Amino acid sequence: MNRKWLSGPYLIWAAGFIILPLFLILYYGFTSEGGGFTLANISAIADPIHLTALWRSLYIAFFSTLICLFLAYPLAYILSKAPAKKSGILIMLFILPMWINFLLRTLALQMIVSNTGLLSSVLEFFGLKPLRIMNTTTAILIGMVYDYLPFMILPIYNALCKIDRDLIDAAYDLGASKATTFRKILLPLSLPGVLSGIIMVFIPGISEFVIADILGGSKVLLIGNVIEQEFSLSNNWHLGSGLSLVLMIFIFISMAVMNKYDKSGEGQMLW
Amino acid sequence: MVEKKSFLERFYVGIIFFLLYAPLMILTVCSFNASKSRMVWGGFTLDWYAALFRDAEVIQAFQNSLVLTTAAALIATLLGAMACIGLTAMSKKAQSAAATVTNIPLLNADIVTGIALMLLFVRFMNLGFSSLLVAHVTLTLPYVILSVMPKLKQTNKAAYEAALDLGATPVYAFFKIVLPEILPGILSGFLLAFTMSLDDFVITYFTKGPGINTISTMIYQQVRRGINPEMYALSTLLFLTILIILLVVNHISDRQAKRQEQLYKY
Amino acid sequence: MKKFLTLILAVSCLFTLCACGANEPSASGDELVVFNYGDYIDRDLLDRFKEETGITVKYEEYITPEDMYTKYQGGSVPYDLIITSEYMVEKMIQAGEALPVDTGRMTNIGNVGDTYWEFCRAFDPDNQYAVPYMFGTVGILYNTTLVDEEVTSWDILWDEKYADNIIMENSVRDAFLVPLKLKGYSLNTTDTAQLEEAKQMLIDQKPLVQAYYVDESRDALISGDAAMAVIYSGDATVAMEANEDLAYVVPEEGSNVWFDCMMIPATCRHKEAAEQFIDFLCGEEAAMANFEYIYYGTPNTAVYDTLDDELKEDPTIFPPKDIMAKCEVYQYLGSEMETFYSQMWKELKSR
Repeated sequence: MNRKWLSGPYLIWAAGFIILPLFLILYYGFTSEGGGFTLANISAIADPIHLTALWRSLYIAFFSTLICLFLAYPLAYILSKAPAKKSGILIMLFILPMWINFLLRTLALQMIVSNTGLLSSVLEFFGLKPLRIMNTTTAILIGMVYDYLPFMILPIYNALCKIDRDLIDAAYDLGASKATTFRKILLPLSLPGVLSGIIMVFIPGISEFVIADILGGSKVLLIGNVIEQEFSLSNNWHLGSGLSLVLMIFIFISMAVMNKYDKSGEGQMLW
Repeated sequence: MVEKKSFLERFYVGIIFFLLYAPLMILTVCSFNASKSRMVWGGFTLDWYAALFRDAEVIQAFQNSLVLTTAAALIATLLGAMACIGLTAMSKKAQSAAATVTNIPLLNADIVTGIALMLLFVRFMNLGFSSLLVAHVTLTLPYVILSVMPKLKQTNKAAYEAALDLGATPVYAFFKIVLPEILPGILSGFLLAFTMSLDDFVITYFTKGPGINTISTMIYQQVRRGINPEMYALSTLLFLTILIILLVVNHISDRQAKRQEQLYKY
Repeated sequence: MKKFLTLILAVSCLFTLCACGANEPSASGDELVVFNYGDYIDRDLLDRFKEETGITVKYEEYITPEDMYTKYQGGSVPYDLIITSEYMVEKMIQAGEALPVDTGRMTNIGNVGDTYWEFCRAFDPDNQYAVPYMFGTVGILYNTTLVDEEVTSWDILWDEKYADNIIMENSVRDAFLVPLKLKGYSLNTTDTAQLEEAKQMLIDQKPLVQAYYVDESRDALISGDAAMAVIYSGDATVAMEANEDLAYVVPEEGSNVWFDCMMIPATCRHKEAAEQFIDFLCGEEAAMANFEYIYYGTPNTAVYDTLDDELKEDPTIFPPKDIMAKCEVYQYLGSEMETFYSQMWKELKSR
């Protein structure tokens, strides 16, 4: 039996429930309300309002990915070094918070960072100035990092676990410094996990809008908000679809970047 | 030297652990708050827990959530793991195309996926539990694939080939060699799928039939007039249950491991 | 790891099994699909209705009227009865998506006060399609410990003293009504010059605004996170109960009075049952239960008459006549204005 056939059910599924609905979006994106063909919904991204929103989304997605990466990598590394039994339960503990509804978690976070919230109270207790970060980009960034961190931890941890300890020990034995070992062994071998994590955080991050609404006090307009507004508030499904199609470009860009880093060729095709 | 390093490491893990759990602790506090408002402490109460168990609607929604999420995560994990195994045997081009398609539901704003699926379902099937299930499998598949694929890429091909050379059938070699290696990936894929499905609101909202509620649609609809504190109680219970299961399993496997060690000694 | 997997699999199989038995009960007999705002009805009434008539209510909720219309438009579910805001009712009437309600056979319809039918004529001239459900006003809720002066006008929302302490409505028309009313314009104006002026005022105000909220404003006021908020009267009532420093006012320039109505959409398959349900909700007992659950103004005079004076005279729940006289009901302005509004809204938000 050919191994390729195993992916059959998935491919059929993807064709039916990803590609087919995509055609519906394509249809709406390339037609006007009257039903005629138009490119206006796509070129609408050049509208200054939409461009600003897109730029802001990219900015926030980029920095939250970066922060997640810097927080998650050391953590995943420490966890992966723990004995297998222990590290299994530890990693579960870091995934567990995600089982509590996302909206509830974000509302709870709001209680911490809000102007009269917990964080401010603690600061005041120590005689410091209370924070006023609520409803700013900073608050949104905190929220994004909080909600997406497990998505970064998990793939990096998975990748690090696979690395043979002997390789690292061998590097040390051969006199490699810690930095060299990290650069020459750990980093390249964990790269698939890192890239996986980046995709899992950055890509959904671009179209995020609920966090921006709750922690940004709806003062910050992201491209996700625009699309959402077109679908529900303005009832302009055509424009909403057009803008989502534009966002899909970012999938293609990230896939291209991945492929570029895939120099080793064999067995390192990066997802 | 070693001691100091491990203290730093512990401290780091502890800090992140604390940050992740601080909001959850607040939810737990809210579940004991007699006041309905999140921001005001109205005294300690267990009423919300009592009310929770009497609320048939919440229980029904909870049941719906569990069934839907479990079924969706199982199907997605199976399909996704099979897909990864199949895809790695394909050409790089095909893989890269499949990767792109897989990422589409990840990137699309939920409302776009939700409405697109709704339009599709309206044409071909009735909205109900099955449409929800299909939507959730679609939603969670990318997470499974993203978790399993890196693992699969890292598996030792030589071991698998060696097994084949030694006369193992491909199926036998797969179960003996490849599967144990990618199992953590499958497991984390399942967990992610479960989590994403449990959390989803928008797609559920657009693809559910009338009168079906899940926990998340319930919570979102309460936002307008304030979250019912029963939800905080439910979250707390859910969280504790999982935590306890986890600790118990860990304890049991610990004991088993010890017993085995003792056996070896004699 | 393996053990975790086995355990998870075992637990999940258990879930699936225990739930397969308990899947949706097959509804025999009549049923009714109702679409309403979230948490906007006393749920016990649904059971009571079933006991009385044998009709099972399949109850669905939405968050904003726009969400409702999006889902309705998708055509995925044949709704029998929709409870929504007046301008949405008007939009649906104009789109031919509303069916006339046959009030002839209803025994409780007389409970709905004449004044409220009168208001509804603004968007439903012959009172054919909409039956009032709840009503309220939009005003300013403020914290008397943070705001020294007495609030009487919308212009306090532009006072720099309160920078970062002001919460605006995160809903297009509720946000625009503030500058429109402050300038003395109608909140149903279609004059683009007036609207542009209002937009500019909102843009100027944005640096002072702490946040644009709908639901969260209540909690923010209760906790003292903000000094004042533009808010619905029902939320104000709840907030004032939790924090006695709060006060609600409908500014002297006037405001919006809104009506949420029951209507029968064109997708209705059980019209008679829908009418029975409307009649049931207009009954004194049901309307009372609903009023006590939601705490918005009820147009049901039978309920109003039995309330004690304190509630009757509560200006937040039942605004006095002189305030009502200054308030306007939203009208649906047509799809062109809808686009114009949403464009202005995006412009404001992207600043």
